[in-house]
Amino acid sequence: MTAAPLHIAGQRLMLDPAGFAIWPAEKLLVVSDLHLEKGSSFAARGSFVPPYDTRETLERLALALRRWRPERLVLLGDSFHDRHGCARLHPSDCAALQRMLGTLAEVVWVLGNHDPEPPVGLPGIAMAEFRRGPFVFRHIADPARGLPPGELSGHYHPKATMPVRAGAVTRPCFLTDGRRLLLPAFGAYTGGLEVRDPAIATLFPRGGRAFLLGPERLYSFPTGPLRGAAREPELAGPSLQSG
Amino acid sequence: MGTLPELFRAWFADRGWAPRPHQLALLGAVQGGASALLVAPTGGGKTLAGFLPSLVDLHENPRPGLHTLYISPLKALAVDIARNLTTPVEAMGLPIRIETRTGDTPANRRARQRVDPPNFLLTTPESLALLLTLPDAAEMFAGLHAIVVDEIHALAGSKRGDQLSLGLARLATLAPGARRIGLSATVAHPAPLRAFLSPTGIATDVALVQGAAGAEPSLDILLPEGRLPWGGHMGLASMPEVYRRIRGAGVTIVFVNTRAQSELCFQALWRLNDDNLPIGLHHGSLTVEQRRKVEAAMAEGRLRAVVATASLDLGIDWGAVDQVVQVGAPKGVSRLLQRIGRANHRMDEASQAVLVPANRFEVIECVAARQAVAAHELDGDPPREGGLDVLCQHILACAVASPFHPDDLYAEILRASPYATLTRKDFDDALRFVEDGGYALQSYERFRRLFRDAEGMIHIRGPAAARQLRMNLGTIVETPLVKVRLRGGPVLGEVEEWFVSTLTAGDCFIFAGQLLRFEGLDALACVVTRGGEGEPRVPAYAGSRMPLTTHLAARVRGILHDPKSWPALPESVREWLRLQQHSSIMPPRDGLLVETFPRGERWFLVAYCFEGRLAHQTLGMLVTKRMERLGMAPLGYLATDYVLACWSAFAPTGIERLFEEDILGEELEAWMAESSMLRRTFRNIATIAGLIEKNHPGQEKSGRAMTMNADLIYDVLRRHEPDHILLRATRREAAAGLTDVARISLLLARARAGGIRHMVLDRASPLSVPALIEEGREWVAGGAQDALLAEAADLVAEATDGADLFNEILANVTEAIPPRGDRDRARRPRDPKRRNARFIRNAPKNLGAPR
Repeated sequence: MTAAPLHIAGQRLMLDPAGFAIWPAEKLLVVSDLHLEKGSSFAARGSFVPPYDTRETLERLALALRRWRPERLVLLGDSFHDRHGCARLHPSDCAALQRMLGTLAEVVWVLGNHDPEPPVGLPGIAMAEFRRGPFVFRHIADPARGLPPGELSGHYHPKATMPVRAGAVTRPCFLTDGRRLLLPAFGAYTGGLEVRDPAIATLFPRGGRAFLLGPERLYSFPTGPLRGAAREPELAGPSLQSG
Repeated sequence: MGTLPELFRAWFADRGWAPRPHQLALLGAVQGGASALLVAPTGGGKTLAGFLPSLVDLHENPRPGLHTLYISPLKALAVDIARNLTTPVEAMGLPIRIETRTGDTPANRRARQRVDPPNFLLTTPESLALLLTLPDAAEMFAGLHAIVVDEIHALAGSKRGDQLSLGLARLATLAPGARRIGLSATVAHPAPLRAFLSPTGIATDVALVQGAAGAEPSLDILLPEGRLPWGGHMGLASMPEVYRRIRGAGVTIVFVNTRAQSELCFQALWRLNDDNLPIGLHHGSLTVEQRRKVEAAMAEGRLRAVVATASLDLGIDWGAVDQVVQVGAPKGVSRLLQRIGRANHRMDEASQAVLVPANRFEVIECVAARQAVAAHELDGDPPREGGLDVLCQHILACAVASPFHPDDLYAEILRASPYATLTRKDFDDALRFVEDGGYALQSYERFRRLFRDAEGMIHIRGPAAARQLRMNLGTIVETPLVKVRLRGGPVLGEVEEWFVSTLTAGDCFIFAGQLLRFEGLDALACVVTRGGEGEPRVPAYAGSRMPLTTHLAARVRGILHDPKSWPALPESVREWLRLQQHSSIMPPRDGLLVETFPRGERWFLVAYCFEGRLAHQTLGMLVTKRMERLGMAPLGYLATDYVLACWSAFAPTGIERLFEEDILGEELEAWMAESSMLRRTFRNIATIAGLIEKNHPGQEKSGRAMTMNADLIYDVLRRHEPDHILLRATRREAAAGLTDVARISLLLARARAGGIRHMVLDRASPLSVPALIEEGREWVAGGAQDALLAEAADLVAEATDGADLFNEILANVTEAIPPRGDRDRARRPRDPKRRNARFIRNAPKNLGAPR
């Protein structure tokens, strides 16, 4: 596993191929869009997708915490798939989450559109926006309020499609222009939105750089300015198909 | 032998016809309520034979109500048959009302059919499944007398067939008196079809009526005038000869193997079309209207030729087709016969057909196919077990229709032959899946869809589940497609989503017989304009190429192995084989030939497996994984229908280790996790079983209908509950041949029994050349994806000359680098594309109905 360094606002961030970022100077780990209990949310509507997504996501998070041993954790919103998600946690998952968070000096729940209320019975503080040093951490990138020196956000679940010799490969990705960083969604059941989608592309008028996630490393590509794409989120990612 | 009433004899006589023996034999066989399967070649008056007993019965005992249910795999066929049946019914003044019911039937007519059903109802398996979910299904079908299943050979053995067999089992409960008649083209194994049709699931309970064989087809092999190509599958080199054949005949169908090939052949023919012959195009990705237009033009004799894919394999009888041209190797004997049968639907005249091989291997395959046709050796898959996903859907459908007892439903399902060996555990697991997902971690109990009453009867909870089921009923799962729409004009058809994702505005591609320029995407479609500059691409579709059948492969191996059979081959092919004999050996009939040789900076391994492209693709993944473990540093591989070629950094040694049967163990597990093919299989299974919802056009936008990516579910389920019923279904489907794992184990067993002949050569052998120049080397998802991404990332870095190092001043270097471009162009030779670009401008703007 090789993390990629990224400099924003004079600070060094490390992008981990597992889909989260580290701010070593502050011993801070930032992760976005866990969408815990998305499975049970679907089940309530009659789609019985496997109920193991929360367990899977928490295992990934535990692995990240073990590897980097941060003192602070910032969750960039949509940590739960809906406002009742926290109450639906399986007791064993809830205990695992409490154990994990209990070891940290500071836990910040940035609130998202899926989870506008603070989680109940879990350590940490909740806020709409979190500021530290030159960075603002928010759920949705905000182009209107002028750019802070650095902004970290989630919400869009960016994914990018890269043409390769045998078709195209689509992966979740980080997306940045040197000031703004969009984090990929970390949850086991989170799909993605193409970075060419106007919703994302307008945040990067001068283009940006995508870091596609791989099992061992990131793959970095420049992305051009908007080219008239409008894609639905969460369609199955095309893989190497041809026929 | 049955006898016809006077009225019918007179009708036949009036038209100068005599009833055919098999028509009377079928009439006799089903008198007294027995069921029967009629096997007859195309053009034998099969459909009329199927309806004759019902016509006679209603003539003798006229009565209202639903009498006969006709099920056809094609909507268009049902509509066409309804029209054709009306002629004799009106001529004889029979008191019979005939109606169709398909997805296109308007709601008011469907409602009326429920109140006042016609005597004959013509429908499809999907519409029947929907009918059976209605609460008044029992009433509607109670008086049913006969069920006619047309083109039963095209349904049995598929998931649509599984669904139909379960529907038939349901009908047997609702209408125990209904006899069944199956109509089939000539097949290799009639016994499974009889079992499929049987109300008991037992083949011998269905009478077999064999029609007389038709005249032997006349089958030519057409070689291009110039040099016989070494590789390629498009057959474009033979288009001048094909065009001459079209000009020399009345009406021709030019069958090809893929949609991409149909676009290219169509363009090539139009480039040659100095006489402006009306030539049309027909494939499954064109809009329905476009296809209907071509079919209508064909039926009215306004077309001289149509270039078609499997979309025309079945369907309406045009009567007037004079010859069939098959471009590219036929891949299977049964399918070839089906296609040949499209020429001349009169069974006593020989069908005229021409085979056009595209390369040297295909010449051998065409010769093998011709021998198989002459020997009446059909290929066909043995029956397979019914899919558990279809079972899940059926169980929910039954619950929606009316409460049931699990014991009764299980007994009923066992009478459907694909499910005759279904275990109670599988049934119970399927039932639990329908109930709440059936997970070991029982966290969905409060969302359960079904409940049991005190008597153990199972009921559906609430109308939401019923609505959800009706929206998702059916077993046909489309890959995510994007409509192609002309700016300010009509929709031309659909291409796969991944193809669109590789286009940049200004790129051009060939589709629907036109050169199109990609302008951009709007909410629903890929917007294009006509024309465009540069080298056009051709959209490809996943899984559209049929693999070589086992049977035909065995014949090809036989020909190669036995020089005495070579005189049947053209001289250039014989010369090629003699060269192979000289510099290596011929692939043995049993056993396996593997050649290794250095070339460029790497080592090549070519295995002559002859098990079809799909199997070779999977095998390539397994073998390269094993090579990796043995330290040979494999770099890539490609699969053709005939061989598997791998290349590596180090010389492959100890070849036996690479083809040991245990690669199906550990390596297969790794493959299961990564294989895009298996992921696709899982996605289809999850959709049919009702775990994820089908894509409904235009609906994806509304948040609540959002479906979840099947890949994510697959990963999570594989890790946390590997024995879940849907993963069992996926593995079973992989093993049963849909992903050709069965053929790999067959090959490995053959290699063990017959021995592996390893030839160490100092250069490529003649037989290996077609594979080495094969276009579109394919990589399988997984590890290869990452290798490709790394390669692409390096290329970009190279193209920007290192200026692209990422740091704070990134904003200064983020001008887009064309993601494709030079690299893409370097991949393929320029010239053929340039030629395409030129001839394409001559193509008609409207190919449907030439004016």
